[in-house]
Amino acid sequence: MDPLLVKALIIIAIFGITLLIATYSTWAERKVAAFIQDRNGPNRAGWGGLLQPIADAGKMFFKEDFIPASANKWLFIFGPSLAMLTALMASAVIPFGDTILVGGQEIQVQAIEVNIGILYVFGVVSLGVYGIMIGGWASNNKFSLLGAVRAASQNISYELAMGLSIIAILLMSGSLSIRAIVEGQHGGNWNILYQPLGFIIFLTCAFAECNRTPFDLPECETELIGGYHTEYSSMKLGFYLFAEYINMFASSAVTACLFLGGFNYPFMDDVRNGLISSLGDVTGHNVATAIGTLVFFAKILFGIFFFMWVRWTLPRFRYDQLMSLGWKALIPLAILNVVLTAAGVLLEMRWLPWLAVIVIVAVAIVQAAMAPKKQLRTQRV
Amino acid sequence: MKLTNRAKPIDNSPMTVAERLYIPAIANGMGITLKHFFKKKATINYPEVQRPFSPVFRGLHVLKRDEQGRERCTACGLCAVACPAEAITMTAAERKKGEEHLYREEKYAAEYEINMLRCIFCGLCEEACPKAAIFLQPDKIAPAFYERDEVIFGKDRLVEKMDDRATTGIEKYTGVKS
Ligand code: SF4
Ligand code: SF4
Repeated sequence: MDPLLVKALIIIAIFGITLLIATYSTWAERKVAAFIQDRNGPNRAGWGGLLQPIADAGKMFFKEDFIPASANKWLFIFGPSLAMLTALMASAVIPFGDTILVGGQEIQVQAIEVNIGILYVFGVVSLGVYGIMIGGWASNNKFSLLGAVRAASQNISYELAMGLSIIAILLMSGSLSIRAIVEGQHGGNWNILYQPLGFIIFLTCAFAECNRTPFDLPECETELIGGYHTEYSSMKLGFYLFAEYINMFASSAVTACLFLGGFNYPFMDDVRNGLISSLGDVTGHNVATAIGTLVFFAKILFGIFFFMWVRWTLPRFRYDQLMSLGWKALIPLAILNVVLTAAGVLLEMRWLPWLAVIVIVAVAIVQAAMAPKKQLRTQRV
Repeated sequence: MKLTNRAKPIDNSPMTVAERLYIPAIANGMGITLKHFFKKKATINYPEVQRPFSPVFRGLHVLKRDEQGRERCTACGLCAVACPAEAITMTAAERKKGEEHLYREEKYAAEYEINMLRCIFCGLCEEACPKAAIFLQPDKIAPAFYERDEVIFGKDRLVEKMDDRATTGIEKYTGVKS
């Protein structure tokens, strides 16, 4: 088979899977929310409510598509389109698996392999905030604009810490290509084992970048009605909501690649050798790749579940808390992490970033032990 | 200033480092939600599963007939007087010769209407009735409406059908099934 054709098939498959997972994330979100709140969740449309996303999409399409009279019409349409477009672009550089052998040629299970993959992801993700910004501005509504401004400033603040935590990874891998980073974590040698602090910082920033609870201030209902999408209806609103789920998928995938080993899993070499010896070179290799891809998707799905789990556990931050967490806590910690990682690389002690975690935990324990006993006052309410 | 009798203990001392890290508290909270994730669900899947009604449940009204199938109501209007929501209206008529098998008393209700949007299902009509004619059924809920005119229940929907005798819930007072 023509390698180009295989590549095209891979691209279409990745596109389709991204959309499928995002679609079913909306269902899963409602199910997870329901289960956490001791409810059943959607269970009428199809078996276990599995047709619910289709029903929702149908509903969205048949709603009135309303454009406010004072809105800037073209930008109003452009906003959600841009949000959707950038969300879909992010998964292009993610390596979903090792290579497959087709007709004697090795083809990577990845839409495009660029040697600056992580920069590409970063750029595309920061473009995503323009979709929100444009939509909020074009609505010509104060609340929408406030939501959009919040989104923009929040993304800028958290991009710093996120970039710094990625730099620590780059120091260790020495490459900007996501595939190279993933391959550097062969077997169970995952980056999270060396970058605990970086992982926590990255995860927190990923939540903020996706505008997910506890950082969903741009669409904070209690303060801003609906936030940046207050004026939106019908499928334009659907695009915004859907883009959020695609972003969630993309950031789970990036997290899995950077910290959780991508398509690597412990004892993968033994599995691969066993498969090759029993199924032959070509089939064995391809089956081993498929297993790796499945492992990768399991990690992504767990990531998405984690996003939802956090959303239905934590309340929303206040805006000043959000800013002080970003600027006063995460950025200094990320810088510390970079310094420690650099020192670790220099001294060939890769575990050095653990030092920060150990010190913080020790300080916390000691200080908690020495703190004066809590005095509970009774306050009338 | 004391407004209520409720009080809750609060703590204003500065947070420790462990508390300011948020992570222990977050992990604790996530543990709690995960526990709920696997708990038995509280939902009752109505209409497949129905909760049992209380034996003294006051549901949809019924105008009873007696054992021979004659309407019991004599249009005395006591139920309408008793009704706090003024939901009941009726028009009385005199029983003609040859209608004895239809109406038990000489005077009967030619029209009898209950406005279900006004009704608060207090059951005072049932208590006021001297002829044991009106009852709030313990096993039927007043249905939901789509149109305004469905709300007013006339005799066609209130009088019990001969082939489908209603339970009156009278046993809650007498212990005798009706
Ligand atoms: S149940 Fe109460 S409110 Fe309803 S009709 Fe009877 S007396 Fe009136
Ligand atoms: S239902 Fe009872 S109280 Fe009401 S008019 Fe008829 S007999 Fe009188």
